[in-house]
Amino acid sequence: MSDIADKVKKIVVEHLGVDESKVTPDASFIDDLGADSLDTVELVMAFEEAFSVEIPEDAAEKIATVKDAIDYIEKQKAA
Amino acid sequence: MSGTATNGRRVVVTGIGVVSPLAVGAELTWKRLIEGQSGIGRITHFDPSELPAQVAGQVPDGPTAEGGLTLSDWVPVKDQKKMDRFIHLGLAAAIQAVEDSGWTPEDEDDRCATGVMIGSGIGGLQTIYDGSLTVSSGKARRLSPFFIPSALINLISGHLSIRYGFKGPNHAVVTACATGVHAIGDASRLIQYGDADVMVAGGAEAAICSLGIAGFCSARALSTGSNDDPTKASRPWDKDRDGFIMGEGAGVVVLEELEHARRRGAKIYGEIGGYGMSGDAYHITAPAEGHNGAFRAMKAALRNSGGLTTADIDYVNAHGTSTMADDLELDAVERFFGDDAKRLAMSSTKSAIGHLLGAAGAVEAIFCLQAIRDGIVPPTLNLDNPARDSVIDRVAHVAQQRKIDVALSNSFGFGGTNASIILKRFKD
Repeated sequence: MSDIADKVKKIVVEHLGVDESKVTPDASFIDDLGADSLDTVELVMAFEEAFSVEIPEDAAEKIATVKDAIDYIEKQKAA
Repeated sequence: MSGTATNGRRVVVTGIGVVSPLAVGAELTWKRLIEGQSGIGRITHFDPSELPAQVAGQVPDGPTAEGGLTLSDWVPVKDQKKMDRFIHLGLAAAIQAVEDSGWTPEDEDDRCATGVMIGSGIGGLQTIYDGSLTVSSGKARRLSPFFIPSALINLISGHLSIRYGFKGPNHAVVTACATGVHAIGDASRLIQYGDADVMVAGGAEAAICSLGIAGFCSARALSTGSNDDPTKASRPWDKDRDGFIMGEGAGVVVLEELEHARRRGAKIYGEIGGYGMSGDAYHITAPAEGHNGAFRAMKAALRNSGGLTTADIDYVNAHGTSTMADDLELDAVERFFGDDAKRLAMSSTKSAIGHLLGAAGAVEAIFCLQAIRDGIVPPTLNLDNPARDSVIDRVAHVAQQRKIDVALSNSFGFGGTNASIILKRFKD
């Protein structure tokens, strides 16, 4: 797993208070990890802060799973 | 109260919960209170050395079993950061009260007949402070989505209703330091009028932060002369008093319509015996000479007590904040009780826990119920040299054993808002 993936996972565990084993790439923040819409807003902010990236609202709306977040951030960092 | 609107519905207290500088827990707080312990110490929530007032009554951290605050025992870790501390403390007291009452709505009708009215004087002050720093440092887009629901006063009521499924009236009182009494009194009326059969009511406060202490310092309301001797700082009616001591915590009761409580065999702490309110229409922070507003609030409470007189009242839990206003309340109580003042006991429990602002009236109403139950009047600590004499026994230094059937509690708030509530022994 990449450094980015590790860090994303850590942020999710911390913010949603879920067990690390549940934070699989396909896990949906809302359906699998107990987040509500406000939690996902806060998660995106935490990603922005941790990775020094801007995630516009329309992009944030498409980030539904752990993998979505990792892919988006990796793409931004590669650009 | 007369007329048909209330159908003679009586309101009793079937659950109590307290978070105070003496302990987390209604009974441990009460035990320490009547032992004469003080919950006042140097402020540790932040470094107070820049401010003239440096002592307060902070809720102690520690294991729940020892009366300390272990937040994860009350609020799941992942939810804690979505709430200001005043919500944490309010929920801890409310959960105690609900569990103490044993009330668990079984069906939708029960849920819809159970409401919540828990207020606060100030709300999420530390949250607002932190949020404004985020915005002023150019990071407005980073402001937490939980900023607003963390600071809003009615969110204790909101969170509690979500936790237990209470779908009745969901409300919150905001009347500064009178909040707790107004919440219990107003919630009782909702039950009397049939809007609910059960109401969880009270107040919570957590304003011991730099902004809160600095604000009350600027208003010249806080004690500044006992920073080196914190337990001596809160001294209601004493000639050396020099301002109030900020406290934090929460008090919550479960109010229940009498027949509802009887049907389920609930334990009954006491009955709401009367409730009265008034406004000073005088000054934003100071009561008028003679404290006519306090007099009228007590009179109004007696008026709708169903026939009680001043001769029936055995104990007054005073507002008594350790400020100049103490003697004005004393004037009003003496005038109100007349000849009956001679047999009255009156104490200020703020001498031990400080002034819990929006939680004060609720915590003090619970002390009245415990005083009635145990036949013990809690003391006024530090009343070494009363600024003036009175025929009223102000229970200096040590608790007294005394039969108490009826107690009255006063709370007054900035803006000139006054509330008095009468608690009485439950009799069929």
